[in-house]
Amino acid sequence: MAQTTEGTGGLPFDKKKRSWPNELNILIALIIIIGIFELLGQVLPYMNDQSFLFDTRDRFDSIFNEARLRIIILQVSIIGIIALGVTQVIISGGIDLSSGPLVGATAMIVMSFAQTELVNGGPNPKAVFGEWAFDLPLLIPIIVGLAFGAFIGFINGSLIAFTRIPPFIATLGMFLICRGIAQAWTRGKPVSFPTESYAGLGSGMMPVYWFIGLAILFHLILKYTVYGKHTYAIGSNEEAARMSGINVQRHKVLIYMIASMLAAFAAIILSSKNLTAQSGMGIFYELYAIAMAVIGGVSLTGGRGSIVGTVLGAMVFGVIQSGFTYIKLDAYYQLMAMGAIIISAVVLDKVRQERTSMRK
Amino acid sequence: MSNISDQVILETKRLTKHYGGVHALTDADFVLRKGEHVAIMGDNGAGKSTFVRQITGVEQRTSGTIIFDGNEVSFAGPIHAREAGIETVFQTLALADDLDVPDNLFLGREKTKLDWLGPFRILDYKAMRQATIEGLERTAVKIPNIRNTIQNMSGGQRQCVAIARTATFASKLTIMDEPTAALGVQETEQVENIIRTLKEAGEPLILISHNMRQVMDLVDRIVVFRRGRIVANLKKEETDGQDVVAYITGAKTGAEYETA
Repeated sequence: MAQTTEGTGGLPFDKKKRSWPNELNILIALIIIIGIFELLGQVLPYMNDQSFLFDTRDRFDSIFNEARLRIIILQVSIIGIIALGVTQVIISGGIDLSSGPLVGATAMIVMSFAQTELVNGGPNPKAVFGEWAFDLPLLIPIIVGLAFGAFIGFINGSLIAFTRIPPFIATLGMFLICRGIAQAWTRGKPVSFPTESYAGLGSGMMPVYWFIGLAILFHLILKYTVYGKHTYAIGSNEEAARMSGINVQRHKVLIYMIASMLAAFAAIILSSKNLTAQSGMGIFYELYAIAMAVIGGVSLTGGRGSIVGTVLGAMVFGVIQSGFTYIKLDAYYQLMAMGAIIISAVVLDKVRQERTSMRK
Repeated sequence: MSNISDQVILETKRLTKHYGGVHALTDADFVLRKGEHVAIMGDNGAGKSTFVRQITGVEQRTSGTIIFDGNEVSFAGPIHAREAGIETVFQTLALADDLDVPDNLFLGREKTKLDWLGPFRILDYKAMRQATIEGLERTAVKIPNIRNTIQNMSGGQRQCVAIARTATFASKLTIMDEPTAALGVQETEQVENIIRTLKEAGEPLILISHNMRQVMDLVDRIVVFRRGRIVANLKKEETDGQDVVAYITGAKTGAEYETA
């Protein structure tokens, strides 16, 4: 009887038929990429036999180059938080281009509610509002930020669900609107000097802890809740989801709201970490977040992908970025190489998809 | 008399549907009894699918009444029809490729725990898997691993999954719209076996099909549509393939429908 719990009609359950998880491929890719950089460090003449990830200096007894590891994971964690939301949007068959500018706009707004009154004994030179907005409790800027994110996401989702314009267009419009809000908020001036408690949100390794915590939370949500199941169902076959009685429109609004709230939260962490907010914050973040998801195996056609994949995709992204710096590749070439890698990831996904459909 | 009407699961009276000026369905009187399997036949555009769409709430009828399980009904959408117990296997299978078998069977009506969590309520995977296996066994569907995504399954297996929904949810009426149109010989046989299993279990069925052999094999009664009207209501034992074709093409019209 135990045998038939997975199969029916007397056919034996074939364990081998369970598909090889895609996440393992990404993990292998990650290890290979680290290996390549390690090798380049040995081969390239100007590298002086440096190691990429390992600490080869005699006077330290640690194995890994902890400083580099820390930088890699710190670099990816803020964009990684955005990527968690983008992952859900892409799984549902959509796309969100507005997250980068939303980071800029949210950072400006939130920082205005997080300012402290006295800077080095004198009044805050960057004050946005009057006295009432100084030294507010920590919860207020956080609520303002998340509410703004939810509001933008609600508009994104409603436009996509009810007017049925392509997500690309809706969020592209929102991209410009948010960048405009960020610049209009203080006419381009940066907002600085947050309260101590606000600065604590993103100090040190805090962004990494937020990223890991949120990744675990959304992994569980996508895998074990109705919300997650319906997100996959809509991305896989929207018509089937509708015929099955899922309220597709309401669900899409919810997905975009969650994605934008995650982007807004990333803005809170980023502005806290930098102790300042500028209207230009978050440039390219939407594309990097999409890239992390795509490298992590989230299919742009919807229905497939996972949070685990995106976290691994973020690691690949961080390792490549750090590796380019390590082999002293010019920043201009870094962008080009990154673009090429994103394209390859999508091509790989396409090939993989065609292979599975051929097996039918 | 009351005894007979007790056994009727579905009845339509003067069911009519106009699309603008097009009379797609006119005065369709139809009766289906419990445990009965009825085939609906007719040329393309004869009104078969229109008829089904009115019953399942996909479209709203222009006039007429539908009585299902003793009550006059008016379904606002296919979901309501399904909740009332009418399970439809559509021509385009409403399956999500990237989900596995239990996920597809329970799509939109998942078994859950901690319902106060709203959209974030927890899926009860174990209960759904159990119910899936029971449903599949009842319909004698063979699937090697129900935890495989639908994407990797053959057309026949996919069709079986779609049909197995019926058995899993103990529906009162099953409607199948050309369930074997795209299937190979073996797969067709598999689906036909499921239909026989439904017959043995006493589940009423409306089968839309173009396949004469299949219809003659499987059902008790054949209802023929032509130009939006029901033109014949034939018991299987009292007819044959040629006879049915004559009704479909219009060479012949049932005596009781002459005035139509």
